[in-house]
Amino acid sequence: MFSLRNYTISISMLVALMLQIMPMPIIADPFRPDWVFLVLAYWTLALPQRVNVGVAFINGLLLDLLLGTTLGIHGFALSLAIFILAANYQRLRNYSVWQQAFMVGLLTSLYHLVIFWLQHLLTDIYFLFTYLWPVLTTMLFWPWCFLVLRKVRRQLKVN
Amino acid sequence: MDTIFARGPSLLSRLILASLLSLLLIILDHRLDSFSTVRVYLNSLVSPLQYMANLPGQMLNQASSAVTTQRELLEQNARLTQQNILMSEEVQRFNLLKKENDRLRSLLGSPVRPGMRKIVAELMAVDNNPYSHQVVINKGTINGVYEGQPVLDDKGIVGQVMQVGTTTSRVLLIADVTHGVPVRIVRNDVRLVASGSGQLSRLSVNHVPHSTDIREGDILVSSGLGHVFPEGYPVGEVTAVIRDETRPFALIRAKPAAQLERLKHLLLLWPDDAPREPVIDRGQTTDV
Repeated sequence: MFSLRNYTISISMLVALMLQIMPMPIIADPFRPDWVFLVLAYWTLALPQRVNVGVAFINGLLLDLLLGTTLGIHGFALSLAIFILAANYQRLRNYSVWQQAFMVGLLTSLYHLVIFWLQHLLTDIYFLFTYLWPVLTTMLFWPWCFLVLRKVRRQLKVN
Repeated sequence: MDTIFARGPSLLSRLILASLLSLLLIILDHRLDSFSTVRVYLNSLVSPLQYMANLPGQMLNQASSAVTTQRELLEQNARLTQQNILMSEEVQRFNLLKKENDRLRSLLGSPVRPGMRKIVAELMAVDNNPYSHQVVINKGTINGVYEGQPVLDDKGIVGQVMQVGTTTSRVLLIADVTHGVPVRIVRNDVRLVASGSGQLSRLSVNHVPHSTDIREGDILVSSGLGHVFPEGYPVGEVTAVIRDETRPFALIRAKPAAQLERLKHLLLLWPDDAPREPVIDRGQTTDV
């Protein structure tokens, strides 16, 4: 029987992927937070034995397909960032939400820089500071994302 | 729940496995041309997700068209009728000129230019990947779309098809840093190459000697060299010519003719002499 509880993580990941590629006005577009990273980061902190490097890698590949980048770039960057989170989840769980937001911001900037470096190896692109706007918005969205997903997890008793 | 003694391989070995797989995929995807057939299947696999992500925007559009007042519709109708009359007059003149041109060409012994097959495609998503400018359109291999196909809007050249899926395909815009269009100046037929600058509103024309006759306001049209874009479609207008003698070449900027920020309906062309292979070279680009 279909039960929502077993599919919560998959559904939230699908929603994050959709938010990541949804068309947005051109002014708001450079500020789009990394939804996939946010949701993955929450599940990694909450249920590290279910969501870790493997899930991050698969979602990264999907992101590569959806964004049209060379296959493997987002896969590598996401698995690296999620690995760091998963290796330190016990410490991070004890931080306050704002401290967590700061750590998430640091990891997002690592994620963006890794993507930039890999792309720079493959094609001639130049670094513009505007590429790092998502780091700020991801940081600001983390507390709300955290609260909403925790509510969902407790309501549906996902574990 | 057993959090300390997690089942399966350790985190670090998982990371190493994921990195090796990513590296392999990057090399396969970047270096091997034969991998593009695999990508067609993979792109088709994720296209439902793209259609779903496009739904809210589409619903908003429908809602906004449902609440347009009758007065607005009447105004629009009047404007379009007027435009239609003006354009059909131009088509009459165009037909006459085309016949005359064909006759003159046959007198000269040059081949007559054939018409092209074309279809209208609709924009589905604009990528938020800041490192490259691409859009997704709602036509794919089932409509006969092929890699390297020219894409236009109502003002000029937009780009070329970069990857195809069954029902969607991805278009690389001319403003992308890896894209170049062979162009010529309408005024004096000087041949140049306009490459993307990474900004939607700017193209850069590279390797132009200081002595070249090029001015602000010159119109650039596709030259038909390279066999991707058919000849004579507008590409852009020269906005700045900087002749700094300390540099080896003049610095020339152009503004794309197509409205790359506000694409909605696009035109796919099937030129007769189009090769079936893409001519873009992703590894090497020349950008000053």
